[in-house]
Amino acid sequence: MKEIRIHARAGQGAITTASLLGYAYFLKGMYPYAVPHFGAARMGAPMNAFVRVDSKPVRLRSQIYEPDYVIIVDPTLMRGFNCFSGLKENGTAIINSKEENLELPKLKPGQKAFLVPANEIALKTIGRPLGNTALLGGFCAATNELSLDVLFEAIKKRFADKIQEVNIEAAKQGFEFIKNKIKG
Amino acid sequence: MFGPLISKPGSSRSNKTGSWRIETKPKFLQKNCIACNMCVLVCPEACIHGEGKNTYTCDYNFCKGCGNCAEICPKADIVMVKEESRE
Amino acid sequence: MKEFLEGSLAVAKVIQLCKPGVVSAYPITPQTHIVEELAQMVADGHLNSQFVNVESEHSAASVVLGASAAGVRVYTATSSQGLFYMAEVVFNIAGLRLPVVMTVACRAISAPINIWNDQQDAVSLRDSGWVQFHAEDIQEAIDLHLIAYRLAEDKSMMLPVMVCMDGFILTHGIESIDVPTQEQVNKFLPDYQPLYKLDPANPLTMGPLVDPEYYMETRYAIDQTHKEALDLIPKITAEFSKVFGRNYNGLIEEYLTKDAERVIVAMGSVCGTAKEVVDELRAKGKKVGLLKITSYRPFPAQKIYEALKAVPKVAVIDRALSLGSYAPLAAEVKAVFFGKTKKPGRISSFVVGLGGRDITKDSIKEIFRLLTTKESACCEYIDLKPELLKENYE
Repeated sequence: MKEIRIHARAGQGAITTASLLGYAYFLKGMYPYAVPHFGAARMGAPMNAFVRVDSKPVRLRSQIYEPDYVIIVDPTLMRGFNCFSGLKENGTAIINSKEENLELPKLKPGQKAFLVPANEIALKTIGRPLGNTALLGGFCAATNELSLDVLFEAIKKRFADKIQEVNIEAAKQGFEFIKNKIKG
Repeated sequence: MFGPLISKPGSSRSNKTGSWRIETKPKFLQKNCIACNMCVLVCPEACIHGEGKNTYTCDYNFCKGCGNCAEICPKADIVMVKEESRE
Repeated sequence: MKEFLEGSLAVAKVIQLCKPGVVSAYPITPQTHIVEELAQMVADGHLNSQFVNVESEHSAASVVLGASAAGVRVYTATSSQGLFYMAEVVFNIAGLRLPVVMTVACRAISAPINIWNDQQDAVSLRDSGWVQFHAEDIQEAIDLHLIAYRLAEDKSMMLPVMVCMDGFILTHGIESIDVPTQEQVNKFLPDYQPLYKLDPANPLTMGPLVDPEYYMETRYAIDQTHKEALDLIPKITAEFSKVFGRNYNGLIEEYLTKDAERVIVAMGSVCGTAKEVVDELRAKGKKVGLLKITSYRPFPAQKIYEALKAVPKVAVIDRALSLGSYAPLAAEVKAVFFGKTKKPGRISSFVVGLGGRDITKDSIKEIFRLLTTKESACCEYIDLKPELLKENYE
């Protein structure tokens, strides 16, 4: 079982991110359970979305406290929250940030963190600062959980026409950004 | 299993409210009646009927003796009389 | 066909396949997505229903009451305060024996205002005469809607059914769902044939004033019909499994209870988490199990008796309260064993997850642990924060 926790502000597309991620796992033949958890239930308020995935149907309904992966859609959340809380020893964080020197909490030896300028990618490709698909591209590259193709399939299912095209491009650029980082 | 939940039309006809009368009942004199139909309109039991002047009467099986018809009659052609009097 | 669907959308899809003639609802979190989707289907011409927009839940319930009385299949959905606002009409729908099906996206009750999940809304209306099903996961939730229509419209029943699904956890959760086909639904669910209806050509009065000479019999009849439903529900679920290939008992589910020394009794999505914990503890050799109650009304007392009579220690989880008394489900499970010689040595009562407080595996493990230490006769609260109780307004 793998657990993914998404940190965002309401309105930034965390539910879309969770559902795209879940759908990609679904296409892979796995059993994902994606669910949002709202805070103050208004736009801009910090909120979480969770994806829990297994090779058999997921029955566990609690929130995720010890994620394998965290996706941080809005890095300003790190000022007030410990978004890394409970991250597994060998866990990975994917963070939406253009600042390469973003201050991160001290990581454990097995933990990794990747920064993706997802909003910048989104502005170039989609035209709006919605970095979710670029982050998911980055997630695929950073974790090897999902192939880029299966993510594209999920995006195709969710979006149509022009929006689909630009989101696929954003996912691709997010993926390549991290692949290049890993290669050094 | 069901209980008594629905009723078919016609149930008010079987409920003879004439027994509700206490002391008085209307008497239709049929002398000065102008067939204005006011008594028919005010009767809460819709038990007054008539066609043309001096023909109006009521069905005592349903008349509750409220006196509305006597009160409204512009010609005082309906009067309330003691229940005992047989006319 | 398997689809990856949000719970609310999955419910809307299944309702679409049931082809209700009239849908009426008023939006309330976390139910909104269901009727939003149905309204869209009607607007797009994918569902041939009248969608009646109303100004309140009281009106929504009244619209489906009237439409059902006129002889069509109907649907509505609500949650929390919305259900309470409907309450008067909810009792009337059952009293008139109208086979309305309603989804309740279970949510806490104000005050203080809270939009998150517990089961106080549905449980508070347990006495309304409605059949009440509680779903563990999204698949069960949508399947229970099909079973609900079939049961409600059975000529011997004619009672409304509430399908309760935990708000957010199931309504907003997205899972892999086996979506029924129209052919399957047609095979399982015949067109609705009312026993009687409001029809100008054949006038009748429904729900006239009944004096003390008649009233008790109408209530007795509903109570008896609920008891008959205990036999009918398993028959319907057996037919369901023939058509759809998924097996439900419809009343209870026994998960590893046969040889268990400790069993948790619960309703709704918490059963999934409990099953995970049961598996973990079983792997360590602990003899634990879960008894899931699907049908809260009718209350399957005999089934519960059979399932628990030889279990030494039983814990009942409530996600609702009867303030000032015993927790509702625990009280009823205990009542099952009153006067019986065979019974659990201990029936403890636990309250958990009110107002969306997360129920973790640790919460469930704590219940299993406490069950070995002492009997909690009345509402042991799990995950309570005592520090918050120090507020003082003197």
